[in-house]
Amino acid sequence: MAASKTPLSGGNSTWSRVAHSADFRKLLASKKAFVLPATIFFVVYYFALPVLVGYAPDLMQKKIIGPVNLAYLFALSQFAVVFIITYLYVRAARRFDKASARILAEAGQASGKDN
Amino acid sequence: MTFTLVLFLAFIAVTLGITAWASRRSGSSASYFAANRQISAWQNGVAVAGDYMSAASFLGIAGLIAFFGYDGFMYSVGFLVAYLTVLLVVAEPLRNIGKYTMADVLAYRLHPRPVRAMASLSTLVVSTIYMIAQMVGAGALVALLLKGSGINYQTAVVGVGVLMIVYVVFGGMIATTWVQIIKAILLMAGTVLLSTIVLAHYGFSLSQFFNDVAQVHYHTPDGKEVVKDFFTPGLRYKPPYGALDLLSLGMALIFGTAGLPHILVRFYTVPDAKTARYSVVWAIGLIGCFYILTTFLGFGAATIVGRDFIAKNGGNNMSAPLLAQALGGSVFFAFICAIAFATILAVVAGLTISASTSFAHDVWTNIVRHGKEHDAGEERRVARISAFVVGAVAIGIAILLGPTANVAFLVGLAFAVAASANLPVILFSIFWKRFNTGGAVIGLASGLIGAVVLISLGPAIMAVDPPTVVGAARHLIQRPAVFPLENPGIISIPLGFLGAILGTLLTARDPEAEEKFTELEVRANTGLGSEKAVAH
Repeated sequence: MAASKTPLSGGNSTWSRVAHSADFRKLLASKKAFVLPATIFFVVYYFALPVLVGYAPDLMQKKIIGPVNLAYLFALSQFAVVFIITYLYVRAARRFDKASARILAEAGQASGKDN
Repeated sequence: MTFTLVLFLAFIAVTLGITAWASRRSGSSASYFAANRQISAWQNGVAVAGDYMSAASFLGIAGLIAFFGYDGFMYSVGFLVAYLTVLLVVAEPLRNIGKYTMADVLAYRLHPRPVRAMASLSTLVVSTIYMIAQMVGAGALVALLLKGSGINYQTAVVGVGVLMIVYVVFGGMIATTWVQIIKAILLMAGTVLLSTIVLAHYGFSLSQFFNDVAQVHYHTPDGKEVVKDFFTPGLRYKPPYGALDLLSLGMALIFGTAGLPHILVRFYTVPDAKTARYSVVWAIGLIGCFYILTTFLGFGAATIVGRDFIAKNGGNNMSAPLLAQALGGSVFFAFICAIAFATILAVVAGLTISASTSFAHDVWTNIVRHGKEHDAGEERRVARISAFVVGAVAIGIAILLGPTANVAFLVGLAFAVAASANLPVILFSIFWKRFNTGGAVIGLASGLIGAVVLISLGPAIMAVDPPTVVGAARHLIQRPAVFPLENPGIISIPLGFLGAILGTLLTARDPEAEEKFTELEVRANTGLGSEKAVAH
């Protein structure tokens, strides 16, 4: 049923070989090095909007371009931030895909199994 | 009006055709629950966008912007930013670890039965309240759109309910996916067209448009004419608690989306994590464009149609259709109305399949049957029956509540429960080795109870109405609210995380769960052992 009961689990399996390989630990580290700062950045940037709008209303109502105020431009910039982070993540993830394909290939060869 | 009806019927005919085609391909559990995991990245991305852009988005946000300007646009921002949580943190591990439901991720290394019971409860709560909100909205809307054709609220609710049951029971995930795709394409086409016409109205001059947005005229309920700058925040969320409420809403939006069961199950329909990732990218592209364009729909309705006219002709939910009527006449009005109808139908179908899948897979097969079907096809049979029951219950409640029921808070509640109960336990299952069954159960319970109780004590349920408000539109409890915020997220989300952390630390370590964490880490990050696509 659940894949937790597949024959892959167990002491000296492909799972644990992969888990303890240096390449896999490196993959986890490089994922974390991207995902953690990116997440912190977008969360902070996002909440800056309602916080500033709520608690610095004079600043946010300053007209910047014609009748358009800072609050609206800041809101629009959130869209740009989403698109940019998405682009950067997709680019970084290509690297992760390559690394994980290599890890799986090595693990598969070592065990003689085709996983 | 007859033209609207023709478009409605055309959409129904096409989607029923797809359902008939899909029903011949839904002969296995993988095809019924996960479309054989053969949906491509763009298809799933469009379907995710379709599942997500509900009537609350299309009609609701356009209406909020038309009435309150900037504060309404804050919804647009939150709904999009939410997808970064899905992209960066949830989609790929979920696809690699699970099979059909959100609970699969939790059950992977924890004690499956208690965890599945709580997760399924939370799934059913989120899906059902979201669905009731959609059904009440759908009934009121369809009755309004087809005014004069003899279709009233009850008929409309039953019609929508029966169609969604047919899609899900006969067509399963394949039909549901294609209904979403068609709806999303229609919705995007309608939105782009309407936005273009708004711009054309202003001679394609953004500065003229924005000048008008900065001075919107309307009358207050007591008959005074006012001029407001609609770029100004705070027209809806007013002091003393407005700023906090907006913050709380934002939390529920950006953390809730990644916990919405009907969005999460979509990632099981693709072949692998990489495709799941690219489908989120497609969804972000579409959803991003859509929410940017709500600027034109909402502000356009405010400046061109005007708040006074919209209030007299069906209320703020009718802003987008009325804008279409003002700019494109009755044919365009009919087209936009048909899109709104398609939007509602597709979303309720998506909600129904996620609820019934969770009941069949989590409650029936894994809790009642201990993980084994008694006979082949049992899980699908149970899912079909529960889809029927869920649909019938939603129809019944929607009719009972009636078209004037004050249900807007239900969508907010669904996001708040998803963010407070589901997201913390998903995150800890994937990233925290020490996390155990006690943490999952207590985390789910505290997030769920926290969100429900705070909403019940808040101004959505508790308020003193003037005697002019009658029937179901009245607040349930005629007393001043105990909790001052409409959106409970700012308290209930930390409560969900705290419950999960304390539940873990105060119960015994689970060496088996911790050992399996290694396995889960490998599987989540490499796809080793994950569910494969089914070849024909």
